[in-house]
Amino acid sequence: MSEVQMIKRSPAEQSLSQRRAKESMRSQVAMFSLMIFLTLVSFSMVFAHLNDVPGFSKFFIIPTLFLFAAVQVGLQLYYFMHMNEKGHGIPQMFMFTGAMLGFLLPLTFVTIVWW
Amino acid sequence: MSSVAQKSGFGATLWDWLTTVDHKKIGILYLLGGLFFFVLGGIEAMIIRLQLITPNNDLVSAGLFNDLITMHGTTMIFLAAMPMLFGFMNAIMPLQIGARDVAFPFINSLGFWMFAFGGLFLNISWLFGEVPDAGWTSYASLSLHSPGHGIDFYAIGLQIAGGGTLMAGINFLVTIINMRAPGMTYMRMPLFTWTTFVASAMILFAFPPLTIGLFFLTFDRMFGGNFFDHTMGGNTIIWEHIFWIFGHPEVYILILPAFGIFSEVFSVFARKRLFGYTAMVFATVLIGFLGFMVWAHHMFTVGLGPTANAIFAVATMAIAVPTGVKIFNWLLTIWGGSIKVTTPMLYALGFIPSFVMGGVTGVMQGAAPLDYQLHDSYFIVAHFHYVIVGGVVLAIFAGLHYWWPKMFGTMLNELLGKITFVFFFVGFHLTFLIQHWLGFWGMPRRVWTFMDGQGWNLANFVSTIGALSMAIGFTVMVINIIMTTIKNERVGNDPWGDGRTLEWAIPSPPPFYNFPATPLVRGLDTLWIEKMEGSKEMITPAEPITDIHMPHGSIIPMLMTLGLFIAGFGAMFHQETSWGLGVLIFGLAFTFVTMAIRSLKDDLGYYVTKEQILQDQENIKRGRN
Repeated sequence: MSEVQMIKRSPAEQSLSQRRAKESMRSQVAMFSLMIFLTLVSFSMVFAHLNDVPGFSKFFIIPTLFLFAAVQVGLQLYYFMHMNEKGHGIPQMFMFTGAMLGFLLPLTFVTIVWW
Repeated sequence: MSSVAQKSGFGATLWDWLTTVDHKKIGILYLLGGLFFFVLGGIEAMIIRLQLITPNNDLVSAGLFNDLITMHGTTMIFLAAMPMLFGFMNAIMPLQIGARDVAFPFINSLGFWMFAFGGLFLNISWLFGEVPDAGWTSYASLSLHSPGHGIDFYAIGLQIAGGGTLMAGINFLVTIINMRAPGMTYMRMPLFTWTTFVASAMILFAFPPLTIGLFFLTFDRMFGGNFFDHTMGGNTIIWEHIFWIFGHPEVYILILPAFGIFSEVFSVFARKRLFGYTAMVFATVLIGFLGFMVWAHHMFTVGLGPTANAIFAVATMAIAVPTGVKIFNWLLTIWGGSIKVTTPMLYALGFIPSFVMGGVTGVMQGAAPLDYQLHDSYFIVAHFHYVIVGGVVLAIFAGLHYWWPKMFGTMLNELLGKITFVFFFVGFHLTFLIQHWLGFWGMPRRVWTFMDGQGWNLANFVSTIGALSMAIGFTVMVINIIMTTIKNERVGNDPWGDGRTLEWAIPSPPPFYNFPATPLVRGLDTLWIEKMEGSKEMITPAEPITDIHMPHGSIIPMLMTLGLFIAGFGAMFHQETSWGLGVLIFGLAFTFVTMAIRSLKDDLGYYVTKEQILQDQENIKRGRN
């Protein structure tokens, strides 16, 4: 068997990694609160619409909900799935390429197949 | 299990090849499988040309002719060209980036067996006498109404083979992203590795649409679906879109690795660094990207409307720009080089004018108004044979001669290689150049025979003679391969003498763990840098020699695929027989059981010890002196 190497962290490395972990935790909690807040806002908007509160027409609510949904997807990917950290360039490239094709191909279908 | 134990005997050898997960052996399997189907597709092509040698010929019946053209196209694209390119990718790409194997050796083996069984499934249709006959594109408006099981063989056979391709593509992507040797940055990767990377990314995005299309077709034909049946609310045009969303990237998946092979050959035999490396990489990526935006140019005459046609026409012509960048870079690589005209170099030199001709006719068809004239004529046949034979097949032959020593440890005969080239190259132009004019003179493609007195007789005769010349060339190559194998004269690390990339720094064929110590890469053309510095060992190691972790071989990939193969027959016969459904369920269950075995049984691999590696090194050194 190959030897297993143990590398001890120096005190400086230890404190750096602790600080990083703390920062990452803080941003996770902050984003989590933001996402809960967005969800509450979304539900309140729909609730207001159902109760005929003036100003909450569906032409305002539906685009806003889509916007919130997009923000939530972004937060999910970048904070909870750690895409904001280093070394995720290639997965990001493939995901965005896939998303772009997934958007463009159906777009052409609705414009030139079922025109 | 230790690799020191050398098994021998026919049974043990066969078992070794059936269970291998070594990328070099799988590469050889892909190559041999591809060659086998290349011969099959070639025989079909010869019969097609012999049928068309004279007007009103009745060598084959009209129905058989449809079978032949369909199987010729399908076999050549899916079962000959792609597997042979995969063979080179498997055997060479990990060596070029300094890796010990691909990222997922088990999946690599699975990919090969799915190709092998898928191809077998497709060709078993000949034994049943019910052969796919709706063309290789198998447009749904025609294929849904084809009687017998022909199209079923097409749908299921390609489904199995396509799954294998997808696995191979993902495997290459992960290998290139994760397993490059220290110092091998993206912009130091050899062009063949780059094109493998881009082609694999295209496979990743292009093959799922094919899978979906084939499932739709399978459901429509075998399970009462109505995806493409307009009388039941389906849409027959969707198949054409889905097929070409896959199909157009597919032709770039074929040509990009071919570009990669030629880039290697040009720079080695012109003994110069590849001109405009960065531009070459950029052009490769751009071609890969644009390849997804042009599929509707196959459907100009479907009636998409002038706006859609104009958009796709412009996008199509845009691809000529990065391709032109590549052509000029190759020319400037040769320019002022110290050129050695070896067999691979001959193919590369022949490739440039041939492929440019195919490219120019491609731009002609990209102009939508002209395409209305050219559509479904022999001009189209001439065009795509110019790009695929003049590009991909020449590249495969060049690669075969170029990397044969690395894969098999022997050198193909140069004289016979050049004879092959002359017969094949002359035959190729003789066959297909005249077909442009046949198209202009009004001969439609996919016709079984033609009447006398239309002025097509001489052109068709010339075309058939050319095809025979190609067959002679290929036969000489097979003789060359057999003779070389029998003579078995072993060669050293770098038999061409001018190798620039890492694969030429290790023995031919390399030891099964490739590199005793992972190499350190200090720039583009790694080996060339070492040579210029007068390095003795030709490799700067990035680490000391330690034990190497290697995967065990496994028969499970073959069994997994066997299950799918059996299930395919069940799906095909379930409507008319009582046993069909049972066979379908049994086959799928068999596959799931083998998958479960793979998941539940831990296979931790084994270690090649440091002592054995040092011993091997010693043996190699002694063998050299």
